[in-house]
Amino acid sequence: MTPPNTMNRRRFLGTSAMALGATSLGLAQSAQAQSNLTVGFIYVGPKDDFGYNQAHAEGAAAVKAMSGVTVLEEENVPESQDVQNTMESMINFDGASLLFPTSFGYFNPHILEVAPKYPDVRFEHCGGLWTEGNPTNAGSYFGYIGMGQYLNGVTAGHATKSKKIGFVAAKPIPQVLNNINSFLLGARSVDPTITCQVIFTGEWSLAVKEAEATNALTDQGCDVITCHVDGPKVVCETAAARDAFVCGYHADQSPLAGDKYLTGAEWNWASIYTDMVSKTMAGAPIDNFVRGGLADNFIKMSPLGPAVSDAARAQFEATKAEIIAGGFAAIKGPLKDNKGNVIAAEGQSFVETDVAIESMGYLVEGVIGSTS
Amino acid sequence: MSITFPQKATGSPVAAQLVARIALRAEAVLIPVGALLAGFVAFSLFLLFLGKSPVEFFALVWKGGFSSAFSWQNTLSRVAPLVLAALCVALPARLGLVVIGGEGAIVLGGLAAAVTGTLVVGLPSAMGMVLMAVAAMCLGGLWIGAIGALRIKRGVNETIASLLMAYIAIALLNHFVEGPFRDPASLNKPSTAPIETALQVGDMPFVAAHWGVLAGIVACLLCWVLIERTTIGFAARIAGDNVRAAQIQGLPVSKLVIGFTALGGACAGLGGYFEVAAVHGSANASLIAGYGYTGILVAFLARHNPLVIIPVAVLLAGFEASGGLIQRRMDLPDATVLVFEGMVFIIILLSEALYGRLRIFNPGLRGAS
Repeated sequence: MTPPNTMNRRRFLGTSAMALGATSLGLAQSAQAQSNLTVGFIYVGPKDDFGYNQAHAEGAAAVKAMSGVTVLEEENVPESQDVQNTMESMINFDGASLLFPTSFGYFNPHILEVAPKYPDVRFEHCGGLWTEGNPTNAGSYFGYIGMGQYLNGVTAGHATKSKKIGFVAAKPIPQVLNNINSFLLGARSVDPTITCQVIFTGEWSLAVKEAEATNALTDQGCDVITCHVDGPKVVCETAAARDAFVCGYHADQSPLAGDKYLTGAEWNWASIYTDMVSKTMAGAPIDNFVRGGLADNFIKMSPLGPAVSDAARAQFEATKAEIIAGGFAAIKGPLKDNKGNVIAAEGQSFVETDVAIESMGYLVEGVIGSTS
Repeated sequence: MSITFPQKATGSPVAAQLVARIALRAEAVLIPVGALLAGFVAFSLFLLFLGKSPVEFFALVWKGGFSSAFSWQNTLSRVAPLVLAALCVALPARLGLVVIGGEGAIVLGGLAAAVTGTLVVGLPSAMGMVLMAVAAMCLGGLWIGAIGALRIKRGVNETIASLLMAYIAIALLNHFVEGPFRDPASLNKPSTAPIETALQVGDMPFVAAHWGVLAGIVACLLCWVLIERTTIGFAARIAGDNVRAAQIQGLPVSKLVIGFTALGGACAGLGGYFEVAAVHGSANASLIAGYGYTGILVAFLARHNPLVIIPVAVLLAGFEASGGLIQRRMDLPDATVLVFEGMVFIIILLSEALYGRLRIFNPGLRGAS
């Protein structure tokens, strides 16, 4: 699963001139320039979930606005035989030649199964799973959204009065753990005494447990809540109703939390999708493995809410500029995990692109909760 | 099921009996077909209310589900889990039990198959495949059989128990997949270790659907023989019609209930095996795809007749195969097909009340309300 190289979008743009000869990177076969392109988007949940799927649907909407492009969308497609059928149906019935199956679980085995059958169709998967040896007409992309949670943490650190912040998480997997750790470390950059209580619901989408977890966190005195579940709607509304501040995730949830919304870590798929579609239409290749962060427009932050103080805004903007400049690390020594093991020694740091982040299995000191 | 009540003979007894028999056969076919058509009509009204064309809807169902080789591939590839999940409902139903938790047996069957798959490395692949399937059927059978046992030994309502046990099964799957059996390489999507290529089930010749479809059809045939052509099946039908009468007759009702629920669970477990061996290659949360619940619909539409389950499953799979096309072409939400299925389901259930009450099918009936 660990990618062989971390070619991000900027580096890719820089090297795309020599792309034609660079077969070792598994670049896309040079497609004919297409005047009319049919693009299919497949979502695992409802496309208006105020979350993961909505973020992709917003990207699809941006593609829809381009001329010469027909957009197909299908929502609530399970990660089973269904998604294989949906992909083939979009290709066979609607002539789609560029597909965005957006759920993490669509890649293996489903895209790997279907892609070799349709060599003229391009499969772009969200999740960063493509490795050398996978079909060359498939590719994957993902964003370093941990930095967005770090910035969420900065606003949370300024807003909290109880010095306790809360995180509703789906599953203890590396991507989620990185978000939890980043959120707390962002808050601790404001005040190192802040702690973060985490509750794992065990499922990507389980509204009842998400509401219970949010209530439990506020009951314990957490006054800023964020989350990493597929649809943050329930968490945001529940937290705001309990008078806690909210930091968003995936998409802009400010309509759900009103004045209690501080900011949010959002995907910026519109920028990535329009870029990939214009490349395809121009007959230019797309790299099989694309990643990026704030600087590359893979992620963005929701506009700061009215409750964000001037001091918080200043630190938020300064940190954001530092992240965009590059080389910023949330995980840096000296740092221990919440069981006392040393993660980073003095002087050691892990930037967002570091492969060690991809297999993160710990919660940092100050996070109250356990991965198992 | 068609129970032939002795009819009051009028006129020539032979001719009247023949007419009555034909009428009962006709009743068994025409009532469900009529209910299906009534469901289509009700759903068409719903579509008209939404300002959409029912003609376009049914044309797309045809196109997406049945019109071309690709449509058939799309449809058939969904049939296997539906047929096996439906048997998990239909078999206990012949004993009068409403078991709706087949989803639990599917996910646990899948888990058992995937874990066995990692243990049988080194054995001949045919033996490994059989062991995986047996493990899946055993765990599925134990799971649903336990619901039958709870019903018989403790009087626990099997409907509620099976539903709640399905939640427990899903929690167990998540626990084992994210804990003891997790492949360390599966970072962001916790899964068991992938099974070897030699243990994977491929597609059938000429049909782009895996062997699970054939296994499902064979399972339906065997279950039909069991129910309709064996003394065990006869005893089960008696117990399903009138449990007190069966007990007075000395039929082993407890064993029948536990046996039929376990057999149903084994079928669903086999469905889980094929999901792992033919589709996913390992066990993970993707196994929770809702086939167990669609299976309920299939079984009820088929009136728990294993032979009828096959065409009904194909029909429903075709509806589901066209769901995407309907979303994309008619700009209708994903739930449209669910609304459609729900309407058909309710009308079919309502039509159950018509059996034996329509004079056209029951010439002996006099003055029935």
